[in-house]
Amino acid sequence: MNVPTILGICAAGLIGLGLFSLIVEPQPLRKILAFNVLGNGVFLFFGVVARRGAAVGLFGDPIPQALVITGIVVGFSATALAVALLLRLFDETGSTSSRDDAQKESKSERADS
Amino acid sequence: MIPPGAVSSQASDASGIVLVAALVLPLVGILLSFLVAGRYTRGMALILLAVGLAVAAGIADGVWRTGHALTYTSGGWLPPLGVKLRADGLSAVMIAVTAIIMFAVGLYAPSEFRVRQDKAETRRSFSFWILLFAIWVAMNAVFLGNDLFNLYVALELVTFAAVPLVSISGTAGTLKAALRYLLFALIGSVLYLLGTALLYGNYGTLDISLLSERIRPGLAVWLSVSVMTAGLAAKTALFPFHLWLPPAHSGAPPAASALLSSLVVKGSFFITVRIWFDVMTGLTDFGATQILGAMGAGAIVVGGVMALRQTRLKLLIAYSTVAQLGYLFLMFPLAAGAVVSSGVTLALSAGMFQAVSHAFAKAAMFMAAGLVADAVGHDRIAELRGIGYQLPVTAFAFGIAALSLIGVPPTGGFFTKWLLLSASVSTGQWWWIVVVLAGGLLAGGYMFRVISPGLAAAETPLVFRSPVSRNREIIVLVLAIFALLMGMIPGTPLELLQVGRVHLTRAALP
Repeated sequence: MNVPTILGICAAGLIGLGLFSLIVEPQPLRKILAFNVLGNGVFLFFGVVARRGAAVGLFGDPIPQALVITGIVVGFSATALAVALLLRLFDETGSTSSRDDAQKESKSERADS
Repeated sequence: MIPPGAVSSQASDASGIVLVAALVLPLVGILLSFLVAGRYTRGMALILLAVGLAVAAGIADGVWRTGHALTYTSGGWLPPLGVKLRADGLSAVMIAVTAIIMFAVGLYAPSEFRVRQDKAETRRSFSFWILLFAIWVAMNAVFLGNDLFNLYVALELVTFAAVPLVSISGTAGTLKAALRYLLFALIGSVLYLLGTALLYGNYGTLDISLLSERIRPGLAVWLSVSVMTAGLAAKTALFPFHLWLPPAHSGAPPAASALLSSLVVKGSFFITVRIWFDVMTGLTDFGATQILGAMGAGAIVVGGVMALRQTRLKLLIAYSTVAQLGYLFLMFPLAAGAVVSSGVTLALSAGMFQAVSHAFAKAAMFMAAGLVADAVGHDRIAELRGIGYQLPVTAFAFGIAALSLIGVPPTGGFFTKWLLLSASVSTGQWWWIVVVLAGGLLAGGYMFRVISPGLAAAETPLVFRSPVSRNREIIVLVLAIFALLMGMIPGTPLELLQVGRVHLTRAALP
């Protein structure tokens, strides 16, 4: 088994783990972490694609690497935005759970906003 | 009109420069919002939005006159190395609709986000204009992108601008709604990214034009298109991924709701169309599209039934968005079932027409609901008895928009349904006829629940907290009239949609 194959399996594992917890975990913070695990799996997969594309004689296909850099930046901004929202939510309600009925909340707010 | 192969024909880059303007203009707006003092922001924004209308008209005119897609290769680097901007008929129509609705929202919003002469600028008024421009640039990037990774970045920009707009009032409920929206959107974007990685790994390019030539049916394509479509469906709030939409869209201020409901959800839908019609040209699998259509049908029924049960006007309109988004996804099975290329054209036109007429109707509806909520201080449907006598213009605009959503002739909604029905008949998929008709009945039901008490005579007139501005009422009315006009002048938009397209059916493939 060569290196890209092993890394590809790792990527698939990360993607599976991340997707599973993203769906199953109820806590927003854990969901954010799961998104990062999932995202890293996808980034690693891009790396595998770059290595496989290098078969023509280069060290690595540069385009997936460029894409991954952009992807990491986007994923980082997404995480920052999500954490900022979560902190603000904690300031407002004293809890980071999004479990209770958000619809009811927004209903009662319409009246006084 | 378009010879086969026109998809890769290049209009000169000189005419493509207008595409760059469509991206640069909103970016300038974002930068200027930081520089310009609060009470001048509105004027600056309105000037830029008006210029944006001219740019959108320029793109539509260029596409229409040349009969080709306009392209612009950034830095002179051709794909697959470079990134190409490309505006075909679909892009031109969507850019124009975006510019019109943006302008209307810009005119409508100030009374909510105005900076008073004697008061300091608030966080809300400051960030609203920045987010407005951010959504505008992101939407234009979605419509102009011709590279799947570029589209990913544009899609993320849409999300990053839309999520703060949901929580702009900063209350706990809207923060929760925004967080839930963001988490759904993140699943969607990462799945989409996974799909692009798989496609790149197999074909070595993400340029849509090149990809459509190289792509061959196989497991890798099905896997990547499945995860991308699932991700985009989560972002479009397609049933059963719609759970985030009602709290997010109903909690936002009316001007923001109008943007979110009429435009933002169409961004991810537009990329779905790009993938299924442009990347997968002629490869669409009938069975897979039936699943997409079934999800759309589920949205129409569940959204309609949920809308019937709401007691709040804004939530009812938000659930109606869930239902109306369902119609968009009926175009995929209808196109896949077509045996002649005109059948694909018919289905595509039906979907895009729905996107456009729903955009106008829904923007008008959320803005009308906003005027009502401003005036009486709440949006409880049961307590809006007789509002039609006190706000006749608003009620009239709401009524026209409702007729379009129900599909009563001669509105845009009727024309959409007519196209959908004729596509169903011509491809022999009678089950979608049942769905479209049931959806119309449900829409009639939930709109009747609002309009009937609204037009009934009330014993005691409602007490208004604040008078309603006539100008804002007229903006709402104009948007509603656009939804109406879509049904009366369908010829030109339909032809414009076809510019730069090549439709292959499976029967036409070797």
